[in-house]
Amino acid sequence: MTFDKRNSLEATEAELQQALQDFRQTVHAWSEAEYARPRSVQSVAARHTWKWALTWAMGCVLAIGGLGAGLYEHHQQQAAKGNETPQQQQMTAAAAQSAAPEVNAPVKEVPAQEATEMDASLLAAVDSDVSRQVPSEMEPLAQLMESEVSR
Amino acid sequence: MAAGAVAKPMDPESVEALAAQEFARIVETHRPQIFRFLLSSTRDVDLAETLTQECFLKAHRHWGQFRGDSTAMTWLMRIALNLEKDHWRNRRLQFWRQTRTNAVDLDEASEWLPSGERSAEQKLLAREQVKKVWKVVETLSDRQRRVFLLRYVEEMELSEIAQITGLSEGTVKAHLSRALARVRREVGGTR
Repeated sequence: MTFDKRNSLEATEAELQQALQDFRQTVHAWSEAEYARPRSVQSVAARHTWKWALTWAMGCVLAIGGLGAGLYEHHQQQAAKGNETPQQQQMTAAAAQSAAPEVNAPVKEVPAQEATEMDASLLAAVDSDVSRQVPSEMEPLAQLMESEVSR
Repeated sequence: MAAGAVAKPMDPESVEALAAQEFARIVETHRPQIFRFLLSSTRDVDLAETLTQECFLKAHRHWGQFRGDSTAMTWLMRIALNLEKDHWRNRRLQFWRQTRTNAVDLDEASEWLPSGERSAEQKLLAREQVKKVWKVVETLSDRQRRVFLLRYVEEMELSEIAQITGLSEGTVKAHLSRALARVRREVGGTR
């Protein structure tokens, strides 16, 4: 082993020993500082209390949210039912009308009578108009038709 | 005392009081060292504190079984080491639980180097070296780490380490040699 190499090894060994000594001193100093530091049990208890409070708060929020969502959904369903009611009533009324026409018959009777009368008066007016509008050349023919009808 | 007088046996209350006193003295003497070993092993102040408490609680429960075959320190250190092993085993089994640890990082752990009579540059270099040692310790196997810390932090004899770890002295030597070789490689790597 050369002198330089031996010197180098010795230096490395010295460096290692110094590093180990520093490491030991570091751990001792850290441990002493932490050991001397006052610790309170309250901090742990407070942390647990805080955790419990947070858990309860989260639970309450979830419960209230769930309940609110349920109520909202229920309300929406009720509102939808309320909107459908008039349509359903109309449909029911229409079905009832078609199912029982005799009930509505007297109601329809009046317009039919009127219509018949109107038809009759209209036909009379048309007859008179037509009769008036028959040209004079057609008079013999009209008389002939009347005579045929009377026979 | 008159000649031939028979020594009066102590009443149970006095025996208990003496045992409690002795245990209190043991706690006072050895607690800082147990805490230090657990702190260096876990780098977690809260965990080290908890395990130290558990260690003395367990020791108190089994104080009657301590026969004095080894020193109280060796006995307590063995309890502490087993508790640490149990803790990590439980943590591995409870992997779904909180995975975050409160272990301080290597920089912070290296900050505690006493300044002494060194220049700023020397302090910086020394801190770097300490950081390297921490780095190696972190990567050592559990056995190597324990043996290394007991030897170079707690400055225990090989026979004591063997008693604490339940290994033979030869095995302790082997673990220590491997651990030291890695530290040497890391620390000497700067050259």
